[in-house]
Amino acid sequence: MKKIIESLSPNEKKILPYLDEELIQICKKSNLDKVSVLRALEYLQNKKIINLETKKKKIIEIGVNGAFYRTKGLPERRLLNLLDEKRIISLEDAQKQSNLSNEEFKASLGVLKRKALIELKNGKIILSSNKGEISKKTLEEQFIESLPIEYDKLLPEQIFALKSLQNRKDIIQIAEKKEFEITTTELGKEIVNSKISSEDLIEQIDSDILKNEKLWKGKKFRRYDITSPVPKINGGKRHFVNQAIDYARKIWTDMGFQEMQGDMIQSSFWNFDALFTAQDHPVREMQDTFFIDAPSKNFEKNFRGLAPLGCTLVSERASEFQNKKLIEAIKNSHEKGVGGSKGWNYKWDEKQAQKTCLRTHTTCLSAHTLANLKKENLPQKFFAVGKCFRNETVDWSHGFEFNQTEGIVIDKDANFRHLLGYLKQFYKKMGFENLRFNPAYFPYTEPSVEIHAWHPEKKIWLEIGGAGIFRPEVIIPLFGEYIPVLAWGPGFDRTIMDYYEIKDLREIYKNDLTKLRKMKFWIK
Amino acid sequence: MSNVKFNKKIFEKEIGKIDDKMQMRIAMFGTPVESVTNEEIEIEVFPNRPDLLSYHGFKKSFLAFLGKKTGLKNYKINKPEKDYKVIIDSSVKDVRPYTCCAIVKGLKLDDDKIKELIDLQEKLHFTVGRKRKKLAIGIYPLEKIKLPITYKALEPDKIKFQPLESPREMSGLQILQRHPTGKDYAHLLAGKTKFPIFIDDNKNILSMPPIINSELTGKITTKTKDVFVECSGENYEILKKCLNIIVTTLNDMGGTIYQMELKGGKEKITPNLSSEKMKISIENVNKLLGLELKEKEIKQFLERMGHNYNKQNVEIPSWRTDILHEVDLIEDVAIAYGYENFAEEIPKISTIGKENPRETIKRKISEILTGLNMLEISNYHLTTKNDQIIKMGEQEKQSKSIIELEDSKTEYTILRKDLTHYLLKIFAENVDSEYPQKIFETGKVFNLEGYKIIEKENFSMAITPGNFTEIKQILEYLFRMINLEIKFQEPKDTPIHFIDGRCGEIILENKSIGFIGEIHPKILRNWKIKMPVALCEIELENIFEKLY
Repeated sequence: MKKIIESLSPNEKKILPYLDEELIQICKKSNLDKVSVLRALEYLQNKKIINLETKKKKIIEIGVNGAFYRTKGLPERRLLNLLDEKRIISLEDAQKQSNLSNEEFKASLGVLKRKALIELKNGKIILSSNKGEISKKTLEEQFIESLPIEYDKLLPEQIFALKSLQNRKDIIQIAEKKEFEITTTELGKEIVNSKISSEDLIEQIDSDILKNEKLWKGKKFRRYDITSPVPKINGGKRHFVNQAIDYARKIWTDMGFQEMQGDMIQSSFWNFDALFTAQDHPVREMQDTFFIDAPSKNFEKNFRGLAPLGCTLVSERASEFQNKKLIEAIKNSHEKGVGGSKGWNYKWDEKQAQKTCLRTHTTCLSAHTLANLKKENLPQKFFAVGKCFRNETVDWSHGFEFNQTEGIVIDKDANFRHLLGYLKQFYKKMGFENLRFNPAYFPYTEPSVEIHAWHPEKKIWLEIGGAGIFRPEVIIPLFGEYIPVLAWGPGFDRTIMDYYEIKDLREIYKNDLTKLRKMKFWIK
Repeated sequence: MSNVKFNKKIFEKEIGKIDDKMQMRIAMFGTPVESVTNEEIEIEVFPNRPDLLSYHGFKKSFLAFLGKKTGLKNYKINKPEKDYKVIIDSSVKDVRPYTCCAIVKGLKLDDDKIKELIDLQEKLHFTVGRKRKKLAIGIYPLEKIKLPITYKALEPDKIKFQPLESPREMSGLQILQRHPTGKDYAHLLAGKTKFPIFIDDNKNILSMPPIINSELTGKITTKTKDVFVECSGENYEILKKCLNIIVTTLNDMGGTIYQMELKGGKEKITPNLSSEKMKISIENVNKLLGLELKEKEIKQFLERMGHNYNKQNVEIPSWRTDILHEVDLIEDVAIAYGYENFAEEIPKISTIGKENPRETIKRKISEILTGLNMLEISNYHLTTKNDQIIKMGEQEKQSKSIIELEDSKTEYTILRKDLTHYLLKIFAENVDSEYPQKIFETGKVFNLEGYKIIEKENFSMAITPGNFTEIKQILEYLFRMINLEIKFQEPKDTPIHFIDGRCGEIILENKSIGFIGEIHPKILRNWKIKMPVALCEIELENIFEKLY
């Protein structure tokens, strides 16, 4: 108990003697405002010194008009008084002489009619009650005079009056008041009765206290309630998607992969043709890919219409692949095949390859890398993480921008079993232990694999990515000769959504600052 | 990708019960199972196996895979009978140059089989046929036709026939303009002076490919016993393969295949179901797959994938379109071996990992700024004209360096020119979030310079409420931490979104790398931001160079 006493704050000590009294009295006697007293009462409750019960009570109070009518009389009373004089009077005259507003006049007529005190005939009001009835106070008048009253304590006739006055403008109002009931516990009683020294305990320590030894040496510190909640604060942080990407980057570099870098804007040559994707493949249509139509020097919009597929050549990427030899090699691989392949057997059009687009996968970076690779540097492993783009509408599971990660292994001894081995290791680090490999199809790999992972909580197999060995038609034109290239390119956003329990893809780039502040760290 | 549905009862009767084990086998064959109901099983067929787009096509390949009826399936073909001929006129050369045809007799069709044929036709049109552009298929009841047939091209107004589901005759042009199917596929004949038609010996027009058949010849019904099949299009290889797919399916349905002579065609007689030949090396198989298979085993695996094997020579079915190179056969071996049976292995190659140094620097910048309690944000690379141009106080016509995307499906139609407008957008969307708000982003921005599209990494930060002093403090702190010295000077032209007199140009070794300042209230008003904003945006390229 000593400890409890030592943890009493100054305000708590001030109100302790007056716990049996009403709240207003406590405020007066302790010389504290209502908020401070209530806070101190809360602290006392936390220490189990008192029990604080809050009761919400409905109280009927007088409204603005009601106060006015209390002195001047309800409009129907004033009308009644007029009629008492005149006995019969026209509606027009009645309104004028009674000095009532339109609203009040109408309301009064209604009330008096309902109480059968008047009759309306031929535009005239006729008093149909006698002196005795008139002089009696109505229920409503009695009610107003008795306000304020607690709702729970209303008598039946008061409820009647309440109902009839409720609908009229500002005569009464119903307020909610909080009432506090303080009961002192056994512990509390003990404490109140014990002598609490008026000795000052040290509150907040500041440099003034520390300067003078006498101010703190031998003195006691007020004990704090260390379990009491404190306001939350937020710190700065890396965006959660970048945290996840940093992690992916680390997985790759831990496994000995070098990062590839490259532009988001690519020519179709690198994004499609170099990857043995035929020029009439559906993915190369505008429905799926973002083609870029930057204006020509003269900014003529008409220019767009002339080219059959609606896209003009504008980027310097045309000069990029002025490397004639490479263009010929790719052209050949499509038309006639290369390295023993039959090819796609159609006429390859260089103009189509020049069309500029936003990359639809990071695999184009692998193509660039293969083209620049020197044989003496092998074996070699490369990776990339970055944004890719598809011309899609936006909803909870689709978007036009998404993150992809890509890995390739170039090694003359690489084989299919190694591919599966790398995949197993990579996905294990991503948190997927249980994997299944199914046959699949991609234009640039053969054999191809679809990777499924067992989601332990959802208890289903999830498709998490594709992989394969690059086709000779891809490798030979770019690298010069056939060498096995293992490749895999899973999407990344699903993993992020899963970790952060985000159900809607759009949330990833919404940048809601409140949510970003609360977001947990990527701890893996 | 296409999905096909099979009748569950028939599947279970002819192939096997669809339990978990069977579903696994179907997936490991290369056709993932989409769904199984009481009536149907739905599978996904990848674009390289159009021969699996019908139940009969799937059945024969899958039964071989299961080990029943392995090896190359033999189909009996009969030589052409009298008048089994198609005359190809040179007029089609510039219109729709190729065709190959066949006749199949003695069919026993029911509703299921007709549905299967129609679905197969549609799927081939849509996938391999690239929505009928590359290939279109016609199947006609033979009894309504008088052989031989002519394939030629005529001026649109000289073509008159009653197209399917139309009450009256229409001319070629009218069909393209008024008939629903005509309107859908009109673009395939756009600009051609002549349209192709198949016409029989009675001068009755059978069809105008790739648009529509005639009502008189009509569709095949359960009573049809004999059919004429034609494929027309631009790529002869694909036509051949599709004709093979169709006639083998018809044969599986009980019909007998008859060849036709093609006068003036690429080949003299079609269909030609003789197998293709390709060499395979045992060494290559084992090297690529990492296995030690014996020749006998490889033979068995190839036979289970529907091929024949004899001494390094493989005979490939004439209805397969996916075997372009030896690696395609090697994948077939792997599928038959079973992907689930491969033991994974990590080779002992030692290579040294390396991060892209630009990403390292970006991450360091992020670290330094989060140390100042700033929040990193990440926005789309695409943006809207309203956000990038209008809200930033510019006129759309003035914006010459904007890069537009073609036919975007959303309001995001341009590539972002800067990060600044996105930071302001985030402030605008977070007016109810606790203040102060301190945000930053690093990422690519895109600008057009003449013919060149320039892609650069930028860095931008903003604080609200904030003033010039505060943002300058942060910028100077950042550069002190990365040990680079920057200077400030009055800009020649203050960018429109900054307050003139409260904006500085940032200089790094005599080169301007960006601007810093307080945002003008008229811009804040456009965004409905009610607190002052101090902001800075700089290029990172020079910094990358200095810090590499």
